[in-house]
Amino acid sequence: MSTRLTNGGRLIDRRQPREFTFNGKRMTGFAGDTLASALLANGQTLMGRSFKYHRPRGVMASGAEEPNALFGIGTEGHFEPNQRATTQEIFEGMQAESQNHWPSLDFDVGAINSKVSRLLPAGFYYKTFMAPRPFWKHVFEPIIRRSAGLGKAPKARDADQYEHFYAFVDILIAGGGIAGLQAALMAGEAGARVLLVEQLPYWGGRTPVDGGEIDGMLAADWVKDAVQRLENMPNVEIRLRCMASGIYDHGYALAYERLTDHCADKSGSRHKLWRVRAKHIITATGAIERPLSFAGNDVPGVMLASAVRDYIADYGVSVGDRVVIVTTNDDAYRTAFAIHEAGLAVPVILDARTDQERPPEVGGFVTKARHMGIRVEMGKGIARVKGGKHVTGIEICDQAGEGHVLEEIACDAVAMSGGWSPVVHLWSHCGGKLLWDEEEAMFYPDETRPPISHDGKGFVTTAGSANGKLLIRAVMKDAQSAAKTVLEALGMDVAGGAAEAGPFNEWMPKPVWMMPQGAGKDLRQKMWLDFQNDVKVSDVQLAAQEGYESVEHTKRYTTLGMATDQGKLSNINGLATLANALNEEVPAVGTTTFRPPYTPISMGSIAGEARGDMFQPIRRTPIHEWHESQEAYMEPVGHWRRPYCYPKDGESHADAVKREVLATRESLGLLDASTLGKIIVKGPDAPRFMDMLYTNMMSSLKPGRCRYGLMCNENGFLMDDGVVARLDDETFLVHTTSGGAEHTHGHMEDWLQCEWWDWKVHTLNVTEAWAQIAVVGPNTRNLLEKLGSEIDLSAEALPFMGFAFGKLGGFDARVFRISFSGELSFEIAVPASQGRAFWDALHEAGAEFNATAYGTEALHIMRAEKGFIMIGDETDGTVIPQDLGLDWAISKKKDDYLGKRAQARSHMVDPNRWKLVGLETVDGSVLPDGSYAIGDGVNENGQRVTEGRVTSTYHSPTLNRGIAMGLVKHGPNRMGEVLRFNTTSGAEIQAEIVNPVFFDPEGEKQNV
Amino acid sequence: MSSVSALQDARFDGAVTVEEAGLQGMVTLKADLSAQSVVDGLKRIGLNIPGQRQIVETDTGAIAWMAPDELLFLCDHDKAGDVEAQLDAALQGQHVLIVNISDARAMFRIEGKGVREVLAKLAPVDLHPDSFGPGEIRRTRLAQVPAAFWMQDDDAFNVICFRSVARYVFDILFKASETSYLRQAKQGVL
Repeated sequence: MSTRLTNGGRLIDRRQPREFTFNGKRMTGFAGDTLASALLANGQTLMGRSFKYHRPRGVMASGAEEPNALFGIGTEGHFEPNQRATTQEIFEGMQAESQNHWPSLDFDVGAINSKVSRLLPAGFYYKTFMAPRPFWKHVFEPIIRRSAGLGKAPKARDADQYEHFYAFVDILIAGGGIAGLQAALMAGEAGARVLLVEQLPYWGGRTPVDGGEIDGMLAADWVKDAVQRLENMPNVEIRLRCMASGIYDHGYALAYERLTDHCADKSGSRHKLWRVRAKHIITATGAIERPLSFAGNDVPGVMLASAVRDYIADYGVSVGDRVVIVTTNDDAYRTAFAIHEAGLAVPVILDARTDQERPPEVGGFVTKARHMGIRVEMGKGIARVKGGKHVTGIEICDQAGEGHVLEEIACDAVAMSGGWSPVVHLWSHCGGKLLWDEEEAMFYPDETRPPISHDGKGFVTTAGSANGKLLIRAVMKDAQSAAKTVLEALGMDVAGGAAEAGPFNEWMPKPVWMMPQGAGKDLRQKMWLDFQNDVKVSDVQLAAQEGYESVEHTKRYTTLGMATDQGKLSNINGLATLANALNEEVPAVGTTTFRPPYTPISMGSIAGEARGDMFQPIRRTPIHEWHESQEAYMEPVGHWRRPYCYPKDGESHADAVKREVLATRESLGLLDASTLGKIIVKGPDAPRFMDMLYTNMMSSLKPGRCRYGLMCNENGFLMDDGVVARLDDETFLVHTTSGGAEHTHGHMEDWLQCEWWDWKVHTLNVTEAWAQIAVVGPNTRNLLEKLGSEIDLSAEALPFMGFAFGKLGGFDARVFRISFSGELSFEIAVPASQGRAFWDALHEAGAEFNATAYGTEALHIMRAEKGFIMIGDETDGTVIPQDLGLDWAISKKKDDYLGKRAQARSHMVDPNRWKLVGLETVDGSVLPDGSYAIGDGVNENGQRVTEGRVTSTYHSPTLNRGIAMGLVKHGPNRMGEVLRFNTTSGAEIQAEIVNPVFFDPEGEKQNV
Repeated sequence: MSSVSALQDARFDGAVTVEEAGLQGMVTLKADLSAQSVVDGLKRIGLNIPGQRQIVETDTGAIAWMAPDELLFLCDHDKAGDVEAQLDAALQGQHVLIVNISDARAMFRIEGKGVREVLAKLAPVDLHPDSFGPGEIRRTRLAQVPAAFWMQDDDAFNVICFRSVARYVFDILFKASETSYLRQAKQGVL
């Protein structure tokens, strides 16, 4: 079993113990431990259950590529599932939970899936979609839902905070191994602005463990020195625990910094998402070791060879007393040496290569191992791993054979190495292409086809192991040449930095995609490719047999590489297996697409500050605080919040609305209309521009007068409406709907800038400069005169649809005599800074008239009583003015306006278009919103025939009955006819077609 | 008659100080800034058009370049009418639009060490001292809303936004300064 060694562990501090819990059990590790190393130190090798078969799983790797050891970390608002134990550092009091097991990790009922695994082959999920149909819903889906899956979704609200950070640099370097450090040193010395990010909590990548010499220093010392030098460069920023997660167009990249995941103190931002613009990006992302496909390669205790020596060197943890090495390359011998030096046993090294294949100049590792007294078997492999919850032994076979067992060896761990794959993810995110290296059996970046930026030049360069240079000397040489190329392209001087690295001759690996190469079906069904998603060699072969040729299709069919690890370990082995099954070369099959992020990033980091109160900007009028102080019930209108109604103590919303309507109609109502859009249009060409924007004639409007107008888009559909005031010959003030100002302003500028660029017109959106208050009701004039007005407000001086500017009660007022309620009404704009004071003054002076603040619902009801349309109710983007009986507002005299030609299309002039009418229920009730008028029979789709729909519906307090407007086929010709409207309960409501103007059709009330 | 700004001088003292600057006079001029007649008209009242993205101080406030056809004049709130009238007179007869938009906006002042870092959390702008310093105005966004800012001196920015989102902008500035993760001393990359 695994345990903590007496000595060693360069990353841990044995003087600082850290207590944490695992499934509620208390354990102790040291500062610097990952959860994986701490669990191994505590003898816990079983770390989870697999996705589909609930097989017992142990940790396989020591870094970001880990597929198995996933945990839920933290509790409540700090809980996060699917965290890799290999990258999660422990801290005092940390709580970790294993996943996907029931009822316990040791005894899991779902493991029965494993026994019936032949019933869950590749494509099982898709096959369940086929007949018999009811089986999906009632049998397969519930079973799959319960038994498959990894972490649980958090239930509590995220208690952490997150932030973004925009950074602009000359060079972003992803990866703080020796290649990244060397590139950063050269770029820093050349004076470039550099951001160097490393996902791990330490610098140097694998090199401090694997050893070697750079610049005559031990590699580990060189790393320390390099970091020191970088820290002293003011133009270089270096970040640990910060992963370059994705590369996007034009030098844009995301880096994900984990600020508090390793701390007991969770204050401050948890994650910081760096949004980087770089002139150039260097990816020095290293390489990942590949597993080998032999039967039982998923049994806890089978690990990557590099991970086994990492646990010894980095954390002073042994994964077992007797570790069998199985390899296709020299690198795994380093693990054998590390184990041996730690005083533990390596019963045998199984090397799939044969002595006959060995070139004469290499083989030093084999010789060294034998000199140390380690048994080395060439041309041999593992036929099968023995053990259930943990490795108990292995069976040796000839790699060339079918798996005949030559010998059994007892062991408690297996260190495997199938060679190394460069981490080409970042290179590939934005289109960098790959080449296949036959000798090393790996894909590596094709430097002639990098991701291309706006200028047609590559903006990503790769360096070191990520570029397929796996040995220390080649890595350093490659990093230097990459940095040089990049700096020269940026026009910078390259100075110094020619680090020399020590020599190493290694024997090339042998590509081994299955062990043994002639394994039968029985063995193949136990060879895992994708450990997280439970995809085996036999599954990929079955997919090929069933006709899947494309690697992308096979991926989806088998789910290979689709888990949270995105196939970091399984990718190459999987596609090589597919290539073999299809009798193709590996490069002919190719890789699946590499997409960001490199490893999962938190949703919180993506949202950044956009949560809680700051989730979305809320727009507030100058009177907003008053509404809140009255505990108004607010509703969203665009990004504004407007009072829907102002309920008094214990009053229902309906009662409040009724009170507000009646008070306004009887005496005096006050509405905060500040949200109304206000756009100034000015210039010698403003009149003809206005004529093009509106369906009616605006150029004929006299200064000092207002006119209601309709605005359509070029497809003829009604887009916005409102009152236009002509300020002078050249200047118009356009009022838009609330929330429509920005869109309308954009519409204007679009036409001015793209089509009529030579017209002399300026526009300016001044919506927020003014607070606007509608003063409505029979006592309006009494109130304003009481305030003291230097403007003559009499009907003669300021008639309906007139306006005047001047002092009103000491305020700088613009008084528009317009009405959306049918009452005597003045809309008064004052500078926003005076808005609240003006509102207060109106209430104070209006008290004797029972001045009543009313909300949007009362506004809607009063306009509906008058038959006025509302953009967004009567219109939905498919309605033209003619549908709404607004032909009177469409000029026949103008040559053109936006939408004119579209409105002449055959479908637009079809007499069968539904048209606006009023609707009165026979029993006085209120029609449901959106209800349809039902016709007889069914249409060609088998749906009930309809002949109209409700667009607005209210209880009218004025008329004390339900009123509605709707669009009805041939509506205006069917006055008096009774229609049937549907409801969600199935009952039908009868309503008569009437004139949409329910109240004061002659307009006597507003014209006083 | 009392005029008030959007947040009535709200203030937060965190890693940096965030305060609403109160009422601020602002007049927008829309005109073809490349037209000689516009250049001459402004010159007559002693004003030069700032270069692209520049803001220059004047006797009464400042002039900021906002777009190829737009300038912003900053002045005392109660002097905006005078500035408007002055510009009207100087550019009479030309195709220009001059509007007092003082109340359409809110203005903030943020100050302190690390103030660049606070803004860099919200605005996609290169705020490295080599790239951005006093004398430049940048129209951009702060998180989800449009905004503009310029530096008063090395450790202080003025920020303007639309009045209706003043509370939102105050909140995000406050949050960004509260969670600030200030780097040690190093005056490096942002």
